[in-house]
Amino acid sequence: MAKWTPERRKKLWIKSGYSVYFLVFVLFIYGPMFAMFVLSFQGRRGGTSFPMRGTSLYWWGKLIEPSTVGDMQGALLRSLILALIVMVITAVFSTMLAMAFRKKFYGAGFLFYTVMAGLMVPGVLLSLGMATLMQFLGISPHWWSSALAVHVVWTLPFGFLVMMAVFNRFDERLEEAARDMGASEWTVFKEVTFPLILPGVVAAGLFGFTLSYDEFARTTLLAGEFNTLPLDINASMTQRIRPTLFALGTASTIFSLGMIGVFLGIYSILYRRAR
Amino acid sequence: MAQLDHAPHPGLIGAQPAPPPEVVEQTKIYRREGGFPISWLVAPATLWLFLFLVVPLLSIVVFSFWKSTGYGMEPGFTLDAYQNYFEVEGFFDASHRKFLTPSVFVSTLFSTFKFTVVVMFFCLLLGYPIAYFLAMQVKAFKWQLSLFLVCMVPFWTSYLIRAVAWIPMLGRRGLLNTFLLYMDIVDKPVTFLLYSEFGYVMALVQIYVVLIVGPIFFSLAKIDDDILEAARDMGATSFQIFREIIGPLSLPGVAIGLIFIFVMLMGEFATAVVVYGGKTSTTGTVILNFYGVANYPASAVNALMLMLAMMIGVIVILRVVNIRKEL
Repeated sequence: MAKWTPERRKKLWIKSGYSVYFLVFVLFIYGPMFAMFVLSFQGRRGGTSFPMRGTSLYWWGKLIEPSTVGDMQGALLRSLILALIVMVITAVFSTMLAMAFRKKFYGAGFLFYTVMAGLMVPGVLLSLGMATLMQFLGISPHWWSSALAVHVVWTLPFGFLVMMAVFNRFDERLEEAARDMGASEWTVFKEVTFPLILPGVVAAGLFGFTLSYDEFARTTLLAGEFNTLPLDINASMTQRIRPTLFALGTASTIFSLGMIGVFLGIYSILYRRAR
Repeated sequence: MAQLDHAPHPGLIGAQPAPPPEVVEQTKIYRREGGFPISWLVAPATLWLFLFLVVPLLSIVVFSFWKSTGYGMEPGFTLDAYQNYFEVEGFFDASHRKFLTPSVFVSTLFSTFKFTVVVMFFCLLLGYPIAYFLAMQVKAFKWQLSLFLVCMVPFWTSYLIRAVAWIPMLGRRGLLNTFLLYMDIVDKPVTFLLYSEFGYVMALVQIYVVLIVGPIFFSLAKIDDDILEAARDMGATSFQIFREIIGPLSLPGVAIGLIFIFVMLMGEFATAVVVYGGKTSTTGTVILNFYGVANYPASAVNALMLMLAMMIGVIVILRVVNIRKEL
């Protein structure tokens, strides 16, 4: 047992102080969501706040009925498909860009800031510019065209930064060895580069999927006649708020958490294999 | 690989003769420049960003000068939308009674900015110690990673839903009121929580604080432990170490985090509707409202002014901290 010097004691005090603060912080960022989760099991006559008037699955049941929240299943399906497409494009584009940025090339600095601008420009502005432009050109927006376009602009910088970090720690001598042994560029990529960067590609895809699945601001004006899930949630808020909304929010959050879990699982398996 | 630019070290069997020039030529042929052509790699993403980021933003500038027709817009050059933006309440109009009262749009931009600054302040105040705790106090990598993920997960969930989740917390019979009553801090429910500035700021802080923890954490984690140890060995107090080493070295992360939440908060519009009950408007809601009534030039001008304000803000932050040096 180490001796309890005053210095050690002080350190322990500081550390436990921080730990308590961290717990409070976690409570602060998760508390509201937890309250929403509990209230989604509100009894039939209960309202949108505590106390609970019994518990029931009534509001969850309402979620599945098609009439109450509009076209919930359709919106969910559209959001999923959109998120999957965005995920693939983000992963591919950010890998290609990061591979290019391993060397110096003309306009690299400008391109870097353009990619980062996608992260800095607020969704409202991009939505507005795109929607007005399409209005003027007479092109009607759709969730699979215009919404897809701006979603990728938003998710690309995240994927790009992830892939940049991956290639920063990448040993290029492995590729050179393959090249020296006569492998074609494509073979080098397929057999050497890709297996090594795959965990990073999955992480870039995670950003693509989750950010697109939850995106609201950039979709507002650009989804066309069919809603994505966040738009549907927003629409159901303009009516009287009922616990159905909490059930919907909880379901969507659980789904997001599940996806993060799946991605992190795949990531850690691939990461271990790549070692 | 770098070519040898000096003679090889004389080995045990003496100096090696230099290879004849034709052999050198030959090895060069086999060592081809690796990698896919750069133009192929960057072309798709560049084209995408040009079409769906650069062109839409530039078109906002163009549309702001066009003429509003009541049901749309037509090409032309007019400053009508700008005049409307500044003049509605008589700003710059000497004949008006309320001369120098900012127009409703200018004051909306100003109040958006005010809320943004307040929220940024609280995000930094709450987020910095968390990042510091994760980077400096938690030593085991496994714990560091999992606690960091706990802080980051909300970023990957819907921010709309996180705004909705504040409703049961803040209402007259919400959890916070119940708690205050239970603790005997107040004797009847307070009403200043939901649909108020207080609740609005609190919800925004909760939604955006996770975005500032990440960058600060990364810049703190990069600090070499040896530097801190050296300072400690030379008798620096904890406060001195923070002021002289940790603080300055974490500034780039602070700046990146602040810029990040600054631009997002300036463009904020949904939380205002959900938590503030639409009692106030942000510039974001003004833009969407004008779009809704097909007055595209007016929404373009509002958007441009928002962009301008954002650029000024970002430049101010960059003036204080030079992050280019650190990237």
